Amino acid sequence: MTPVVTLRGVGKAFPNGTLALQNLDLTVNRGEFVSLLGPSGCGKSTALRLIAGLARPSGGAVVWGSGGTPARGDLGVVFQEPTLMPWASVAANVRLPLRLTHRPDNAEALVADMLARVGLDGFAKAYPRELSGGMRMRVSIARALVTNPELLLMDEPFAALDEITRFRLDNALLDLWQELGKTVVFVTHSVFEAVYLSTRIVVMTPRPGRVAADIAIDAPFPRGETFRTSAPYAALCRTVAQALAGAMGESLA
Amino acid sequence: MSAPAADETHRPWRDRLARVGLPVVALLLGCAMWELLVWAYAIPPYELPAPSAIAATLVEDRALLVESLMATLATTAQGFALAVVGGAGLAILFSQSRWLENTLYPYAVILQVTPVVAIAPLLLIYLPQPLAVLACAWIVAFFPMLANTTLGLHSVDHNLDDLFSLYGASRLQRLVRLQIPAALPMMLAGGKIAGGLSLIGAVVAEIAAGSAGAGSGLAFRIAESGYRLNVPRMFAALLLLSAAGIAIFAALSFASWLILRRWHESALVRAP
Repeated sequence: MTPVVTLRGVGKAFPNGTLALQNLDLTVNRGEFVSLLGPSGCGKSTALRLIAGLARPSGGAVVWGSGGTPARGDLGVVFQEPTLMPWASVAANVRLPLRLTHRPDNAEALVADMLARVGLDGFAKAYPRELSGGMRMRVSIARALVTNPELLLMDEPFAALDEITRFRLDNALLDLWQELGKTVVFVTHSVFEAVYLSTRIVVMTPRPGRVAADIAIDAPFPRGETFRTSAPYAALCRTVAQALAGAMGESLA
Repeated sequence: MSAPAADETHRPWRDRLARVGLPVVALLLGCAMWELLVWAYAIPPYELPAPSAIAATLVEDRALLVESLMATLATTAQGFALAVVGGAGLAILFSQSRWLENTLYPYAVILQVTPVVAIAPLLLIYLPQPLAVLACAWIVAFFPMLANTTLGLHSVDHNLDDLFSLYGASRLQRLVRLQIPAALPMMLAGGKIAGGLSLIGAVVAEIAAGSAGAGSGLAFRIAESGYRLNVPRMFAALLLLSAAGIAIFAALSFASWLILRRWHESALVRAP
């Protein structure tokens, strides 16, 4: 297994005194789909921001498999909100990372390809406000993937969507992950979503966040509705829910 | 409460008629009463001219009035253009340097809160008359542009800001692709205020200059006609000034709608 990124004893304290993370150790390997699971405020989003380089750890280190720091465009991030530029068309939004990193050659083809992959061909000229919440999130995912990043970071991307849309996007995301062979770090507070999507679930403790349990989910891919309603899925959910309850200092009734 | 369906479908049409029709009816009624009063009491035109007399003056003096209108509009347009460039430009500079903003912003506020009527006589001493009028039109229009653009540039979505950081955007990329588009709705709102204010600034300066005997704008015509007790012409000039103000506001509103219609909530027409 090749590590893509390793967090070594990472801590993060904010100026107001909040200790979000303490002594967090985590290695993400190539090709994995890792979910960070924990209660609200356990620092999972903070961990994601540290990996993305949008914040600096106050202790420990974020070490990249390549040795140095990732180049621009080697990371893709999907936020909780679609975070699209309302004044720009879908195509211009997806193209933004290519513009900012000065990779204009065959940009149009890359954008069209990504839009097709997320199921949005025909919507290139639409504006974000004309799209539904789920479609906006698809645009956001296409934008994160358009630079062909090594690592995709997702911060509770589907939390605000209805369940039907969320299931659809879960499936679309898994398809993309298999087709493109990406490494994904996915932050969620949903046990069911984590088990359905992940190859590995890292359960975190409440503030300050640390790793409480590291659970491999070795159910085969492709996973679909049969998996979502199967007995092994339910058993895995129970195991993970117990680990989460343990991390929060509670016991599962 | 649910109204009958037929009522619902008729409402837009009736609303529109009421919105346009009622003010027009009120105007016609008002003018008719005015005309009637002047006629009934035989009020001389130098005290209160009848609407018909004002209309006649408007036609009779059209060459003079249109020339004055053009002079005022030219000053207004120049003052507005300078305010847009100066206000938005300074706000962009402020966004690049907090230090500069902290140094200069208080003076921009002082310029705004000092009544322009009080500044105009001083400007007329130090500047040639046309330039002083232009300066007044600029001063009052400048601040709304500066304040609105500054606010707009500061109200960028934090996640989008992070996204630009993630891809290592340069300052220029951030400014052109993120901050200015995000500020655009507020800049356009500032422009709508600035357009009306630059007309007011020009008028104030013309009135102040009027007593000095120079100038040819509409406000100067009002002052001059006042000295001559040519009251119908005063009303005619006032009417043109109002029309100019309305036209400026309508034009800027239309421009704003044109620019924002594809994406901004303010330009979205929603079903009731």
